[in-house]
Amino acid sequence: MINIVLLTLLVVIAIAIIRMKDLFAAVMLAGIYGLLSASFFVVMDAVDVAFTEAAVGAGISTLLMFVVITMTGRKEKSIRHKPLPALFVVIITGGLLIYGTLDMPYFGSEDAPIHNHTSPRYINDSMQEIGIPNIVTSVLASYRAFDTFGEVVVIFTAGIGVLTLLSIARTKKNDEEIESINDSMHQQHLVVRIIAKMLIPFIFLFALYVQFHGDFGPGGGFQAGVIFASAIILYAMLFGLVTARKVINQIFIQLIAALGVLLYGSVGIVSLMNGGNFFDYNVLSSNPITGQHLGILLIEWGVGCTVASVIVVIFFNFAGRRELQQHKKPSQDKESSK
Amino acid sequence: MIIGLFNHWVVIILMMIGLYIVIAHGNLIKKLVGLTIFQTSVFIFYISIAKVDGGTAPILADGITQYSNPLPHVLILTAIVVGIATTALGLSLVVRIKETYKSIEEEEIQQQDNEEQLTKHKTEDSA
Repeated sequence: MINIVLLTLLVVIAIAIIRMKDLFAAVMLAGIYGLLSASFFVVMDAVDVAFTEAAVGAGISTLLMFVVITMTGRKEKSIRHKPLPALFVVIITGGLLIYGTLDMPYFGSEDAPIHNHTSPRYINDSMQEIGIPNIVTSVLASYRAFDTFGEVVVIFTAGIGVLTLLSIARTKKNDEEIESINDSMHQQHLVVRIIAKMLIPFIFLFALYVQFHGDFGPGGGFQAGVIFASAIILYAMLFGLVTARKVINQIFIQLIAALGVLLYGSVGIVSLMNGGNFFDYNVLSSNPITGQHLGILLIEWGVGCTVASVIVVIFFNFAGRRELQQHKKPSQDKESSK
Repeated sequence: MIIGLFNHWVVIILMMIGLYIVIAHGNLIKKLVGLTIFQTSVFIFYISIAKVDGGTAPILADGITQYSNPLPHVLILTAIVVGIATTALGLSLVVRIKETYKSIEEEEIQQQDNEEQLTKHKTEDSA
């Protein structure tokens, strides 16, 4: 029953997003949409996925869109691009898809084809073969490690892409001017600053807990990386980007992103050199189960490092671009008034 | 049947709402929001077909016999993080477009491109 209510709410929010002219409200609704779908995932037993969606869909993606809106303006023009043909296309496609669902197995049925192939092995044998209770982590980090490696490389590549598009050469003089503006602005947020300073160590601790407890409960490198990055982003938002850059050097964090991918790949290479298949952790140690534990620990570290540093790099680049743009504007105004 | 296929139908409705936003709205950020809705609807689809009646979260424990299918969970978990990375790439393109064209409305960008092409043709003709 809960899932029907949640799904109906999701549809209502999606329709509200169509009608919103104000982009700020639309992005805020998209964040609520992410949080609701995370609650839906909990109802569907997908705790790991819910964890990730809550951190990413409701947190980081909303934040990034807000940063972009501050640069591009929050009002949407009301001109629609051919709404009627679009509606026609959408209704035809939707109708065909709904016709397609009539042959599908019903929701929750035990004998659906998806539950009869490969997944029984994961559920029945993963304890003997891998030796950790969380099946999702076993599949993610061991059975399908090659697939996950591909995903990590995609994340890394997207990070490089953002870096290429948005990175700017910073001069020291600019930095100092921006810093003085920031300092005067942030005096207003004294309470928030102090509370955030108290919270940040606990967020880091929680991220590490999620990282290392991923074998036994929901969690793992992907979620831990996002949580770790969100603590750094919180710091950067409250104390200004220039201060945050002093704490975390951007070159250093770019290096960590690359090292994460390297660590992940090297685990595969080492297992190749020990006579096993690519990402076959059994050969990493004399006892296959110990080998599996070691392999999963190492690649989860690789994933965590890459995800955390790519998200921090992405945020730093967006915010840096924004800061420089807003810094340029007043000086240009002065020149034009002369 | 309605209860059995309700999840699939909601997924299709959400997907079509996302697709409509991508086609009909000119604002590039709105398009990306539409793409996010589309993307999340696919996540919801995968996760709802993984659910087994009476099953529980796929973390092995004593006394539990029925687990939901862990494989779609793995696929979607990684897809969510890849999704945010690609959305960030899209947003950075939007920022660059705004800097070049001073607008993120599709129509205005198209108009500027057309005008640029026209002036180019004229100068070529006169030459």
